Amino acid sequence: MSKTIFEYSSDGRHGVILPEREIDIPLSDMFDEAQLRKKDARLPQVSKLEVMRHYIGLSSLNHFIEKGMYPLGSCTMKYNPKVHDHLAKHTCFANLHPLQPESTIQGALELMYELQHDLAEISGMANVTLQPSAGAQGEYVGIKIIAQYHKAKGNTHKTKIIIPDSAHGTNPATCRLVGYDVVELKSDENGRCDIAQLRELVDENTAGFMLTNPSTLGLFETQIEEIAEIIHSVDALIYMDGANLNALLGISQPGKGGFDIIHFNLHKTFSTPHGGGGPGAGPVGVVEKLLPFLPVPMVEKNDEGYYLDYSHEDSSIGKVQSFYGNFGVLIRAYVYIKMLGGKGLRRAGENAIINANYIQAHLKDYYHIMHPEFCMHEFVADSSWQKKKYGVNTTDIAKRLLDKGFHAPTVYFPLIIPEAMMIEPTETESLETLDMFIQAMIEIAKEAEENPALLHEAPTTTPVRRVDDVRAVKQLDPIFKIED
Amino acid sequence: MPYIPNTDRDRQAMFAKIGVKDFSELIAAIPEKYRLKGELKLDKPMTELEITEKIQSQTCRNTCTQTANSFLGAGVYDHFIPSAVDAITSRPEFLTAYTPYQAEVSQGTLQFIYEYQTMICELTGMEIANASMYDGATAVAEAILMAVRKNRKKKALLPDSLNPTFKDIVRSYTEGIGIELEYVPMKDGVTDLDALKELMTEDVGSVTVQSPNYFGNLEDVDAISEITHSQKGALLIASVNPISLAILKSPGDYGADIVVGEGQSLGNGQSLGGPLFGFFATKLDMARQMPGRIVGGTVDVDGKRAYALTLQAREQHIRRAKATSNICSNQSLCTLAATVYMSLMGREGLKEAAIQSAQKAHYLASELSKVDGISMKYPDAKFFNEFVIETKCDAQEIVDNLVPRGIYAGVVVGKNQLMLAVTEKKRKAAIDDFVNAIKEVCDV
Repeated sequence: MSKTIFEYSSDGRHGVILPEREIDIPLSDMFDEAQLRKKDARLPQVSKLEVMRHYIGLSSLNHFIEKGMYPLGSCTMKYNPKVHDHLAKHTCFANLHPLQPESTIQGALELMYELQHDLAEISGMANVTLQPSAGAQGEYVGIKIIAQYHKAKGNTHKTKIIIPDSAHGTNPATCRLVGYDVVELKSDENGRCDIAQLRELVDENTAGFMLTNPSTLGLFETQIEEIAEIIHSVDALIYMDGANLNALLGISQPGKGGFDIIHFNLHKTFSTPHGGGGPGAGPVGVVEKLLPFLPVPMVEKNDEGYYLDYSHEDSSIGKVQSFYGNFGVLIRAYVYIKMLGGKGLRRAGENAIINANYIQAHLKDYYHIMHPEFCMHEFVADSSWQKKKYGVNTTDIAKRLLDKGFHAPTVYFPLIIPEAMMIEPTETESLETLDMFIQAMIEIAKEAEENPALLHEAPTTTPVRRVDDVRAVKQLDPIFKIED
Repeated sequence: MPYIPNTDRDRQAMFAKIGVKDFSELIAAIPEKYRLKGELKLDKPMTELEITEKIQSQTCRNTCTQTANSFLGAGVYDHFIPSAVDAITSRPEFLTAYTPYQAEVSQGTLQFIYEYQTMICELTGMEIANASMYDGATAVAEAILMAVRKNRKKKALLPDSLNPTFKDIVRSYTEGIGIELEYVPMKDGVTDLDALKELMTEDVGSVTVQSPNYFGNLEDVDAISEITHSQKGALLIASVNPISLAILKSPGDYGADIVVGEGQSLGNGQSLGGPLFGFFATKLDMARQMPGRIVGGTVDVDGKRAYALTLQAREQHIRRAKATSNICSNQSLCTLAATVYMSLMGREGLKEAAIQSAQKAHYLASELSKVDGISMKYPDAKFFNEFVIETKCDAQEIVDNLVPRGIYAGVVVGKNQLMLAVTEKKRKAAIDDFVNAIKEVCDV
């Protein structure tokens, strides 16, 4: 394995030289002795070339979109166009201070204003806040809005939020953070919400319902009209987790189909890079009656130009990010929407669905699929056949895929499907790539039968082989021990 | 169509395999009334050339801090960023990679996070750090929530000298779960120690200190630590400026239990205030109470050194409603920038950036103090790279009058109070220009 950057360190080396001091005031004139650091922070002392080699060396150990396909369900790992990065980084946009006078950031405000409106149109909502930094923070904003709505109406008895058992873990975690009790709703035999159970669970104390649509099983909630009726009958609100919005682009607008609140994952549906785990962005759209509760500020426009609008501060849930959101990410999503337009977004949604169904049609004879109907942009296969017959589990299959140059699907999720493999190809993969992926999955199914050891031992071609994550917990080693 | 390789012929072949005649059969599950009739009402699609023109026209209507003479800070600072930082963070290997759940094909990401955690612990004097929070504000909020998990005491003390946005976000994150916030007043620009002593009752679970505080002043961290720890089990949360830690006392040395802060200064652009990133570090005995992702060293089946996400049983994808936080995506690429930045600056370089920032800020303060009608608001307080001046004329007027001259005079923090920040990037000549300009507009 590569050495750490600390092991290249040698006293006196440096990667950066700052200009000579123009002003020399001794530290003792500026600070009291007790305020100063006793011992230097042992940051590495390395030359620029060593830094470059080290991190480029590390980069070569990663899988990434330009290297190979990422069939990660509910993650929407589509191609991230380079023009997005170029326009976000190599323009004045990168060097704006958030507290500059509004007159000096009119272009940035225009971009945010238009993005608010484009996202509102795509989702069928009345308006959108761009402030949340990620999907989970979008959920947080959505659930806070639910709480604020009930507070404004004097609904003090609302204590619980209902969440299907197929939901992402962020949903229940978010509800707890806002202070709601979480009630889990079962899925029925068709992988949809169990309506009979929903009727039982919903009562006057229900504050809201969180629904991922299409669900993490890749299925559209066909009973949405009935669900909306049940939830709204007790003055509760319906939140749509928009992780899977890619399937609905230009096909269905959630705000016009019963949902009151939605979050977008710009780093999924709108093609901004994942960055190895962020930064993303999780804007939130709401229907008309919830506009007063959106975070401050919104970007608005009057005769003089664009401005940051704090006028609804008293009714708002307040701020959730230090300033206006992950602007660098917003630029990329804006460019994506402007380049695709209505037609292009529809085309993206359609092809995401076609690609997923194409893979499913090929794999259904080789892997068990709990709900073998036409899927939306993703589907869930599992390795229950392989596990039972050959003692091969989903981890083995996932790791073998790494050997074949593909990233693994999302595994062991949703929790309601044992040995789940959630597969989402996205629209940016070509037919040839899909065929190669299908071929790899079929080969693995055959290997499971003929030579399961190959799978148990996988991966063998990756920079490291199967990693001992139990040891990582039991012998916790979170920092490098630097030698003086 | 951009980015979509499927041709009509491909689609027909795929429909045949799937067993449908056309696309509409695939979405039969969507009730007819919920299907969009017609097209989304968006601008007509633009080509790369057209969108580039549009963005360029938008950027022309901004004046960025590169061309202006800016003294804005308040949490976001314009420090020097070596070009090599962008060269690394632009690598698609880091940029377009997913969260490193599949460790075998994510060692690059995992190892840099491990190095990042180490550097943050070096600066803060802590033993474990996470892979990041969204920003400094949410990092403080999460620290308070963690303190409650640790000691079950639901009262938290927040200083009036804390960044006001941090206060708002802390209130938002704590109000739903019954955490009681009390505010410690300020005296002469820093936390009033006598007031803190009085508020420091047995039921207090955490005390937060920001140093340098929102107004730039250094707090008496030793005294605050002592007062906090006078109550058994109470935890000290320090929110700090990471660049300042190259020269200022490490929070570990004054007894902080949780150290957080806004990390943007470390190699990340100002970017209109986002993305930022929050760092979060603490002692090992609180590892299992921490929010967010953590990377740990381990080995692979051949005994080779490797890295993996660890202590995942705390996180939302495993623990759901019982998770320590709802955070999933964080600000990973921003921490890569920070890691590369700290490697390039190194031990001496970061110190030099900190020293020059402080020196230039002190020079500005002394020059401004000579101007009629301007004085230091907190003359007795020590500061790092930011401070508040008292102005005889209206502070907002000063700001407005200097904008046409390409000067961002600072952040207005009171009718006659202006807060100014300086980094090592600011040249002496630019400081002198500013002082001359303010003399002219603040004519008393």
